[in-house]
Amino acid sequence: MLSVRNLSKTFSGPRSKIVLAGVGLDLRQGEYIAVMGESGSGKSTLLNLIAGLERPDSGSVALDGVDFTALDDDALTLLRRRNMGFVFQAFHVLPYLTVAQNVALPLMLTGVPDREMANRVEQMLDAVGLGGFADSMPRELSGGETQRVAIARALVHRPRLVLADEPTGNLDAESAAQVLELLRRRVKSEGAAAILVTHSQQAAATADRIYMLSGRGLKEMA
Amino acid sequence: MTAFSLRRRLLLAPLAEHKGRSLLSVMAIALGVALGYAVQLINQVAVNEFSQAVRTLSGQADLEIRGQRSGFDESLYAVVARMPEVAVASPVLELDVRIVDKRESLKLMAVDVFRAAQVQPELVLADAGEALDFLRPDRIFLSQPASEWLNAKAGDMIGVQVGLSEVRLRVAGIVSGESLRQRVGVVDIGAAQWRLDRLGQINRIDLRLRPGADIDAFAARLQLPPGVVVERPEANIERSASMSRAYRVNLNVLALVALFTGGLLVFSTQALAVVRRRSQLALLRVLGMTGRQILAGLLAEALLVGAVGALIGIALGHVSAELVIRHLGADLGAGQFLGLRPEVRADPLGLTLFALLGIATAAAGSLAPAFEAARASAAQALRAGDEQRMFEHLQPVLPGVLVLTAAAILTQAPPVRGLPLYGYAAIACFLIGTIMLMPRLAVVFLRGVPRLPFAPARLAVAQLARAPGQAMVSLAAIVASVSLMVSMVIMVTSFRISLSGWLEHLLPADLYMRTGLHNEAAFLSPENQESIRAVPGVRRAAFLRTQQLLLAAGRPRVLLMARAIDRNDPQATIPLVGPHIVPKSGDPPPAWVSEAVADLYGYRVGTTVELPIGGQRARFTIAGTWRDYARQQGSVVMEREVYVRLTGDRNVNDGALWLDPGASVASVKEAIQARLPGGLNLEIAEPGQIMETSLRVFDRTFAVTYGLEAVAVVIGLFGLSSSFGALVLARRREFGMLRHVGMTRRQIGGMLAVEGALVSALGLATGIALGWLISMVLIHVVNRQSFHWSMELHLPWSTLGGFAAVMLGLAVLTALASGRRAMGEEAVRAVKEDW
Repeated sequence: MLSVRNLSKTFSGPRSKIVLAGVGLDLRQGEYIAVMGESGSGKSTLLNLIAGLERPDSGSVALDGVDFTALDDDALTLLRRRNMGFVFQAFHVLPYLTVAQNVALPLMLTGVPDREMANRVEQMLDAVGLGGFADSMPRELSGGETQRVAIARALVHRPRLVLADEPTGNLDAESAAQVLELLRRRVKSEGAAAILVTHSQQAAATADRIYMLSGRGLKEMA
Repeated sequence: MTAFSLRRRLLLAPLAEHKGRSLLSVMAIALGVALGYAVQLINQVAVNEFSQAVRTLSGQADLEIRGQRSGFDESLYAVVARMPEVAVASPVLELDVRIVDKRESLKLMAVDVFRAAQVQPELVLADAGEALDFLRPDRIFLSQPASEWLNAKAGDMIGVQVGLSEVRLRVAGIVSGESLRQRVGVVDIGAAQWRLDRLGQINRIDLRLRPGADIDAFAARLQLPPGVVVERPEANIERSASMSRAYRVNLNVLALVALFTGGLLVFSTQALAVVRRRSQLALLRVLGMTGRQILAGLLAEALLVGAVGALIGIALGHVSAELVIRHLGADLGAGQFLGLRPEVRADPLGLTLFALLGIATAAAGSLAPAFEAARASAAQALRAGDEQRMFEHLQPVLPGVLVLTAAAILTQAPPVRGLPLYGYAAIACFLIGTIMLMPRLAVVFLRGVPRLPFAPARLAVAQLARAPGQAMVSLAAIVASVSLMVSMVIMVTSFRISLSGWLEHLLPADLYMRTGLHNEAAFLSPENQESIRAVPGVRRAAFLRTQQLLLAAGRPRVLLMARAIDRNDPQATIPLVGPHIVPKSGDPPPAWVSEAVADLYGYRVGTTVELPIGGQRARFTIAGTWRDYARQQGSVVMEREVYVRLTGDRNVNDGALWLDPGASVASVKEAIQARLPGGLNLEIAEPGQIMETSLRVFDRTFAVTYGLEAVAVVIGLFGLSSSFGALVLARRREFGMLRHVGMTRRQIGGMLAVEGALVSALGLATGIALGWLISMVLIHVVNRQSFHWSMELHLPWSTLGGFAAVMLGLAVLTALASGRRAMGEEAVRAVKEDW
């Protein structure tokens, strides 16, 4: 489903840095993998390149055979809109929308009819345990609850691929465990593939396969 | 929940989240639109009323034959009336006359009632007491506004000043024409010629041609004496409107300054909103919103602000216009539309124009931030602490330099239909170019700031040096409003001092006499002049005769001033500008033209011109150009003895008296008024009184402009407050960290105060320097092309210094007040968001 070949990225500036060098990866439908690495190893950059938010210096990324390098910014955005979901360390929910409105954002962007949109939002909120919070504002929620909103938003439009960048980085241990379990369960039940970027061993342990990203590239760990 | 409701929420919620700032943007646009629309409405209504009044007086005429206001031989009427193309010819003697006990004049229309009924029927529609009242020599009909002004109804007596005497007329009735909304009196033409000492003279013939006659061909065939022209009635309207056009356009531009400043405030607010919402906008990009959709969303916010502001502004403008007309008059005190009582009516075109202008201003203010947000890298923007990146990037210098260069070029362009449009464009380019270069100026300025002794101050300098773009966003509105205020202060000060010097030059005598302003029937006869010379205490008397000259069709009349002047030393009498010559023996006699005449008619020193005086084309040598602030349409000075030789007219309008040493001004004044029949109708004043009155009128005229500029400064201050508040919000994690490491609230306050002082000092210094530059454009381009006035530059250092000190203090207080949040608990809690 996802094919990453020989990806390289260097950040220019007063101290230019090679962030990724010759990284390759294949991901099949339904797979849930974790990518670990030290700070500055390029984990987030890898995620951004896979999401089409940045362009590689060399190499390619293809989703279901569609090569990203052949697409302009608008085409990448449309591909991302339909096929990807995101969960961030900092949650990134819009503070001025209700919980339900935040979850509904991807459906609005993909043009899902109103009735279907309302139904799917309700179902997803129930699935993540926030059934009674539809009209709540994000500031009323705890960190764990907010991350559940983000997970619901990431999956409501049935994406092919979910990208999670340190989703438990801002959570306490108990909330983190709950969120990880929820994330894996929902990804599997929706039939999506997922890449979890983390520096936490516990978080990585929830994945089917674990990769280590370093200056020597991306290696699967036993 | 529907997709529509979600989209609506995405649009409205960011505005509602910061209601104060949104309201500020709305009010800034509203204020600008209100001022612009109010001025437009006042001008439009006044000009329409004036045009309507002129049209009413023209009636159904196809053509008007006009001459000097002093009149031409009435035998021309008989010739023209017999021409086969002419259906009806209506002779008119049109004069502005003074009514005894009133300072303002009444427009007197002396007509042949039988002819006028066929050409200007509105003038002769009246409820007359008796049928023959229109022919009686002691009767006058008044328009409704004139009747109310004079508090005179049918049967009452009013006195008209002729010479120095009073001619009593009985009000026979009120002219009932509904479109006659000017102060007008109508009398029989024969009676007027006799009683106003204008026997054999008329100054206008209104013609209605037969159906099918070729109007232009007929006009071209007419053989008219010198100084008499034929034109369509519209030309008179155009001439009348053109006299006030420059003043009206200047007022419009000043009002638009407030709107421009409002637009800059919207720019500041939107730019900082984009900074504050950087990660939110990045999230939407990540979720699948294209750059174009982000751009459209941000522009929609601005359009909404603009639309609401424009609606409020239109309503406010209409109310303001009504209030201003009621209390200040349609000319805002400038004396352009005397005798009019316009009523404010909504102007659909003006309303639409200013509403669209308000919306466009808001959109324009948001364009740059919206484009930046649409192009920003979503991946980078999602990282905490990225907010400041937007300000770190220094825009290239070239665009700002190019805009400034364009401004310099535009200052050399000529006027467009008498309006300094390129001058205004140059001012706009100077403003925009400077604002574009603000980040660079900030970097240069901050490099020059010495190392300050305490840590918060050093932090403040470091913060500003790292983010020069912040200076542009914070200061755009304040630089614009300060520079425009400073430019007006410099221009008005220069003008006032030049005016004062001009008056001193023109008023060297001890006493001045005038038979009345706008009083064409008043004069001092030769006998009156001798009586004045003979008054004890009078050492010397010099008299002046004025006439209105029509030099070209469609152009305003030029004032001819025949006075005692030494052709070898004209500078002793009138303030000359530029080179001047003394005509050689045998050359035509000299004439000195005002700057307006030189500009409008191209009369150059040394050339020979023909002027229509005394019914002939008399040749003159242009001996010099002089500065005349009193007559925007122009004036010509000539030697009085030449005038008398050409015309035989020995009457005068004004006089100047030099007194014997020790003579009492009051006694001489009393003696003159006692000796002359009708002496009390003579206005006598000392030069100090005349100067004081003139400067008071000047100050009143510019009071409105100061008011408009003050509004712009207030908007600028609000912009500074808003931007400081928004910047503090965007940096709340930084302040939280500083509180965590031990910086006290007072120290953070000190840091903000230093930032505020530095940024404001930069803004003020830039604003003052730019203001000086713009004042040069106002003095040498705008004023020169609008009003044909030159003036010397005078810099009011103490006023500017005081203004700068007050503004700096206000700006620092504003920064502190806006940064209150930075010192609170919320900043400390903000640190928990990730870095």
